[in-house]
Amino acid sequence: MTDTTFLVRNARLLGADAADLLIADGHIAAVGTGLAADGARVIDADGLVALPGMVDLHTHLREPGREDAETVETGTRAAALGGFTAVHAMANSSPVADTAGVVEQVHSLGRESGWVDVRPVGAVTVGLAGGQLAELGAMADSRARVRVFSDDGICVSDPVLMRRALEYVKAFDGVIAQHAQEPRLTEGAQMNEGRVSADLGLAGWPAVAEESIIARDVLLAHHVGSRLHVCHVSTAGSVDIIRWAKARGISVTAEVTPHHLLLTEELVRSYDPVYKVNPPLRADSDVQALREALADGTIDIVGTDHAPHPSEAKDCEWAAAAMGMTGLETALSVVQSTMIETGLMGWDAFARVTSTAPARIGRLADQGRPLAAGEPANVVLVDPAHRWNVDPYAMATKGRNSPFAGMELPGRVVATFLRGHPTVLDGARNTPFRGWAD
Amino acid sequence: MKHLLGTESLSHANALAILDTAEEMAAVGEREVKKLPALRGRTVVNLFFEDSTRTRISFEAAAKRLSADVINFAAKGSSVSKGESLKDTAQTLEAMSADAVVIRHHASGAPARLANSGWIDAAVINAGDGTHAHPTQALLDAFTMRRHLARLAGTASTGTDLAGLRVIIAGDVLHSRVARSNVWLLRTLGASVTLVAPPTLLPVGVEHWPCTVNYDLDAALDAGVDAVMMLRVQAERMHNSFFPSTREYARRWGLDDARLARLDTLGLADTIIMHPGPMNRGLEISSAAADSPRSTVLAQVRNGVSVRMAALYLLLSGDLHDDAATPFSKDAR
Repeated sequence: MTDTTFLVRNARLLGADAADLLIADGHIAAVGTGLAADGARVIDADGLVALPGMVDLHTHLREPGREDAETVETGTRAAALGGFTAVHAMANSSPVADTAGVVEQVHSLGRESGWVDVRPVGAVTVGLAGGQLAELGAMADSRARVRVFSDDGICVSDPVLMRRALEYVKAFDGVIAQHAQEPRLTEGAQMNEGRVSADLGLAGWPAVAEESIIARDVLLAHHVGSRLHVCHVSTAGSVDIIRWAKARGISVTAEVTPHHLLLTEELVRSYDPVYKVNPPLRADSDVQALREALADGTIDIVGTDHAPHPSEAKDCEWAAAAMGMTGLETALSVVQSTMIETGLMGWDAFARVTSTAPARIGRLADQGRPLAAGEPANVVLVDPAHRWNVDPYAMATKGRNSPFAGMELPGRVVATFLRGHPTVLDGARNTPFRGWAD
Repeated sequence: MKHLLGTESLSHANALAILDTAEEMAAVGEREVKKLPALRGRTVVNLFFEDSTRTRISFEAAAKRLSADVINFAAKGSSVSKGESLKDTAQTLEAMSADAVVIRHHASGAPARLANSGWIDAAVINAGDGTHAHPTQALLDAFTMRRHLARLAGTASTGTDLAGLRVIIAGDVLHSRVARSNVWLLRTLGASVTLVAPPTLLPVGVEHWPCTVNYDLDAALDAGVDAVMMLRVQAERMHNSFFPSTREYARRWGLDDARLARLDTLGLADTIIMHPGPMNRGLEISSAAADSPRSTVLAQVRNGVSVRMAALYLLLSGDLHDDAATPFSKDAR
């Protein structure tokens, strides 16, 4: 049950024709023109775009263990303000989310926070150590109902272990989300290997280190008939391999981050570690290939890889700095800038890559649904005409490591509804959702 | 120009200003009283995160000949080994009123961070960062080559550049900050550079550098050369499969006795042999080559002090113009 009924007037549904949305009792009660409802709070959505709440398949919430970098509370506040209604919390916490106990803890923290649905990702291997499988079944059967498993940050590089993991999760319709990085080819790697790394004298991170793992994994997924998800694809060559695999009917999905859609390795010439990230920023030709692949469906989703760090982890020399960038509160704007304002896709496709497809991959039944009567009211209202300057210090995330700091970006989240409850209203944080059914 | 971080964006005018000033400084070094009052009352900090006795002593001698107060800070045994950050170390030193910080660091880009992050106000001189840059080494190499050209021509070197000079840089280019800084500076000064190395010890992307690449040292020598610069090769590279063995490396890419003799056979009587030191005798350079009359190894060390005096003096006096190129400009070269 929710506290109020909302009548959203004249929102452009998925960027198309304007219509009214009546939101009541956690659901979209009606869609149409000229709707009326006594006692409903009316939201004038003239010029706003209505979208299904965004779903992030790749978020680092850092809790438990690194509460100095982020907590579930601060990270999910950031998510709601960024237009998300669900996030998948990556497993590289401390302790690692490799047991039912830890994933249930993260799940509970998400419930207590109430800003978005928090779906924990389970580690593939115990301690992310790549040695033996974690108890994937126990995590799947836990209250957290884990379906996505990943050692993200570290590649499951052992081919036998990867094969077994892919096979094993078929028992509960799970998916392995692979961080594709051949470890030997990237020992000490600091940035994309190419012209800029040659100039800067930073150890190179070759594209082939990513592509060779993806090639191996799609063949393994094909061989054992499993689902594979490729995290943060960053090179044109990876796109080619995934396109080939999909043409062969292999069950592979792929993700790209907002920062890989916009930024290139040229930024590393500053030696500013805010641009240090795994996988690294690549060349402009890679950026163009990633945009085209997201538009044509070769890449299925946008995942933020939101990776907050305390300031001291970036306020140092390049080699000593942590890898990662924040992204929850800029994802919508960066995708609008790189994909919609470039004419590569419309808001309907935006909804597919930020909501429908990630919800399907993560097996979230009541997220990523159409904006239709009877559906759960996970809805975000966006003002696409708004432009703003990115200020990391004005964000809800604890992380100040936004590579977009100082940039002007389009788009603003005006309201976010989580099961009919406004977590964000008038562009500002409102109140958390408390009406969990179970 | 406030800092000396690399040579990629160092202008022709500023490079010549440093080299010409170094000539004046060299003259001081030949006087009985080898000291100028130019930096009296100024403080220069030698901030060395990597062991390098040679470079540190060279900078120390340079600063002292200019009458600066010198503070030497070595990371080993200091608070750095207790986990202190670069930022805190730098700010601590600046709180002691450092006017210039000479930094040697194992991380590429550390001097750029020090100069551009707003941590400190002092002038920053890069004394070697990771595998990125070593600008004063490149400047002393250019100084040495320029003097050699002037001696051959019987003229003064002041005001001249290296137009037409043919230079081979041979060895572990991939891990060499000396090679990088020389490629950019020698290009600016008009020399033509050929890099010679096993393909494993050249960076991916080297094709974009303003130089040519040859895997064959003999062929590169045959093409004619005025200066052969041999880079130090660490035997440990062998264990990472950069090359099969030190003996194979020495045979294919070392300046051995046979290749030393070949310079005579080729009629290259005036070709000099350079090495930034420390040398691995018998690996990248034979003792006969290192000790031959062609060798400028000791002249390079001597010239290092003059060039570092010039850099310190010019940066602290503000007499260098701003270089036009920015760190972000792709087409800066």
